[in-house]
Amino acid sequence: MDELRNKAKEMFDKGEIDIFIGYEEGTRNPRPLFANNADETQKLVFNDKCTGNLAVYLTRKDLVKGKKVGISASYYALKSIAQLFVENQLKEENLKVFGLSSDGQIRTLNSLEEIKQYLKDTPPPPKVEDDELIKQIDAMSSAERWAFWSDELSKCFKCYACRAACPMCYCTKCIVEVNRPQWIQPWASTLGNMEWQINRVMHMAGRCSDCGSCGTACPIGIPIHLLTHKMSETVKANFGDPNDKGNVLSTFKPEDKESFIL
Amino acid sequence: MERKYISHNSLMNWLTQLNNEGNQIYAPVAKGNKTDYKHITSVEEISMDHIQTTQSAKAVAFPRTEKLFSYTKKNGDVTLQNFDTTTIPETVVFGIHPCDAAGFKPLSGIFNWDTPDLPFNERMKRTTLIAVSCTQCDEFCFCTSVNGSPGNTTGSDILLTPIKDGYLAEIITEKGKSLVDKHSSFFEADPNVNKEEYLAQVPVQFSLEELNKKISNMFESPVWKQQSERCLGCGACAYVCPTCACFDIQEDAHGSSGNRLRCWDACGFSLFTMHTSGHNPREMQSQRWRQRLLHKFSYMPERISVRGCTGCGRCSRACPVDMNIAEHLTEIAAL
Amino acid sequence: MDNSNIYLPHLMIVEKITQEAPGVKTFRLKFKDEEAGNNFEFKAGQFGEYSAFGEGESTFCIASSPTRKGYIECTFRETGKVTSALAKLEEGQTMGFRGPFGNTFPMDEWKGKNLLFIAGGIALPPMRCVIWNALDTRENFGDVSILYGAKSVADLVYKHELKEWEERPDVRLVTTVDPGGETPDWKGEVGFVPSVLEKMNPSPKNTVAIVCGPPIMIKFTFPVLEKLGFTDENIYTTLENRMKCGVGKCGRCNVGSQYVCKDGPVFSKVELEALPAEY
Repeated sequence: MDELRNKAKEMFDKGEIDIFIGYEEGTRNPRPLFANNADETQKLVFNDKCTGNLAVYLTRKDLVKGKKVGISASYYALKSIAQLFVENQLKEENLKVFGLSSDGQIRTLNSLEEIKQYLKDTPPPPKVEDDELIKQIDAMSSAERWAFWSDELSKCFKCYACRAACPMCYCTKCIVEVNRPQWIQPWASTLGNMEWQINRVMHMAGRCSDCGSCGTACPIGIPIHLLTHKMSETVKANFGDPNDKGNVLSTFKPEDKESFIL
Repeated sequence: MERKYISHNSLMNWLTQLNNEGNQIYAPVAKGNKTDYKHITSVEEISMDHIQTTQSAKAVAFPRTEKLFSYTKKNGDVTLQNFDTTTIPETVVFGIHPCDAAGFKPLSGIFNWDTPDLPFNERMKRTTLIAVSCTQCDEFCFCTSVNGSPGNTTGSDILLTPIKDGYLAEIITEKGKSLVDKHSSFFEADPNVNKEEYLAQVPVQFSLEELNKKISNMFESPVWKQQSERCLGCGACAYVCPTCACFDIQEDAHGSSGNRLRCWDACGFSLFTMHTSGHNPREMQSQRWRQRLLHKFSYMPERISVRGCTGCGRCSRACPVDMNIAEHLTEIAAL
Repeated sequence: MDNSNIYLPHLMIVEKITQEAPGVKTFRLKFKDEEAGNNFEFKAGQFGEYSAFGEGESTFCIASSPTRKGYIECTFRETGKVTSALAKLEEGQTMGFRGPFGNTFPMDEWKGKNLLFIAGGIALPPMRCVIWNALDTRENFGDVSILYGAKSVADLVYKHELKEWEERPDVRLVTTVDPGGETPDWKGEVGFVPSVLEKMNPSPKNTVAIVCGPPIMIKFTFPVLEKLGFTDENIYTTLENRMKCGVGKCGRCNVGSQYVCKDGPVFSKVELEALPAEY
């Protein structure tokens, strides 16, 4: 912990960063902290309880526009950062990234290449509690699955916490806010809620880091992160690992599978 | 106010009876690690041991989506079907905590401060609130900091306080009394207990007096930007809040007919106040956070003499980035 | 307690459509229910929620004068979902109206005073209501001057009425278009409203200035008025925040503790200065 505080402080002292995005102790779990000067870095914490995906703040213009940014990033945040690079949302020279190795050591990741290498070398942190539910859902017939998701999504009240918590949802105007034509019903109802989640997940295809922040953010506890998880697996199985290939679904290759085209 | 005793069994039988007589029962139901209000068909479904439900019970009077009227178009002409009050069921809300019951007053304030809101009022008319005092709390609860308490009777028609094997029943309103009188056999004599002994101890987190003094004069304070930095701009806090009432009006069109709907909206959304021209008076998240707190703690007290917060702590629990409202208010009160 | 549904609109027949400028139309609306029409009362400055059934509601002022009975008029620019749908309506078809909402211009207080109207672009409609109200009760007021500016000659609304005002001996009308917006036969001024106002040099003596226009115009017009000697008590404007309900509940239009839909849309400059700068 002291190591990160010292490194962040040093970067402020040397003028290498204008803001450090990290974690501080929160009510129950660590929460985002924005250190705007060397003093504020002394509240920083960084450990395996720091699971919120801080990459979400890297596209927040009001916070980072024109600034040199330091960030402590969890494994999944690093995946998101790599994808944000691919989507031309970040500039290497404006970003100093710190990861955590599996034995708890602070790792300085100075370039997209180093982030990619880290992601290759580091096993993803386990998400034990989800495995059981995934197994249950996989075992369902498609009718049962539809019933399961209809029931779950009927509870959604469209607070868009899933969207807000997602580093990949950086559009200034979301599809759900477009009203000419009105693609998706903006009010909460089972059909409109499903339209919203299906659209959200489709827009994540090949881009999602599978961090689970959408599901964690959902105040109602709908396991929507399993939808993006499944989507990620499907994309990986059909088109390869997005981590190596960038935007798999917006890149055409002659050898791409075409079995889904009638 | 009348005080009686009701055993747990009698309570469940009474609720079943009320349900059998055609009342909808809206009560907390646990699923996984969350508890939320549901229309139940059996008292077996009711959860009694939660600290707080995820959502407030406001949807009983202010549903997340509701039809304001319907229209039919034909050859350029239009006919309207007004809001149908006859379809609103008599509803008994059971198991809300005092902070939720207290929330209906500010809600009613917003919906009626100038012109009465027919859908809200018609639903309230058909709603009876049977609240249960809190015997436990968590670190997000702060009712005692905003003039509430775990055994506060404000807003409830009947307040039950769990005592040994049953409940002290305080019958507060005429509505509550008529519900009890209809089934008086379920009730027994006043147990003569000291209610306070059974209540949770909710520590006071900040001085309301200090907060009131400061918050009305700090529109320009840098605190809004600093507190809102991590805010993601979602609507979770507003949607779980018992007093948030911001709404949108939308058209549910199906060819030549359709419905005008009212649905929940939130002042935290970036497009909430955006003009058609693109100009946005609350362009920054800090301005939207300021609006949220000032509306609750300055504008509402000023305009409708009621605070827009009952200390239920739901917004803090729901927030994906731990925007702990009590912590923020404590900071403001200490400025 | 009033038992009516404040969200249920009056049905209105589109009696007459006037194409004012590219994308700008005026509708004359008549209450379908005659009794509702007879009971309907409003005052200058108030607004309403206009429905295109199937698309939703949009907020604009009542552009006709309360002195003209039997109908109301609204003028709108085709910009969003609802206004585009309204623009497609034809004469004889039905739309919805809720209102009147909001406060009013203090016409009674202005009795005996000179009135100076300053409007820019699509902001003439709220003022047109006051102008006709004043002209229809002409004996109550001193001099009436109108300064109206638009981007181009084509963008000027109420062209026939501008001509009428121009020809009236008891009205001083100055029209202007932005540089580059003039046509070869344009006889009015060329220049932005604030500079034309300075040239007009109206006397602040016993005069009320009513300013409506885009925020940028208002921002540059206020200092000119101040320079001319107008005090804040004698300057009025309207705010046009986003609204849904129109009745102080939906949470959008407040500026500090003041609701534009209830405490506005009309604000004196004194009242405006007391608001937090968030509009």
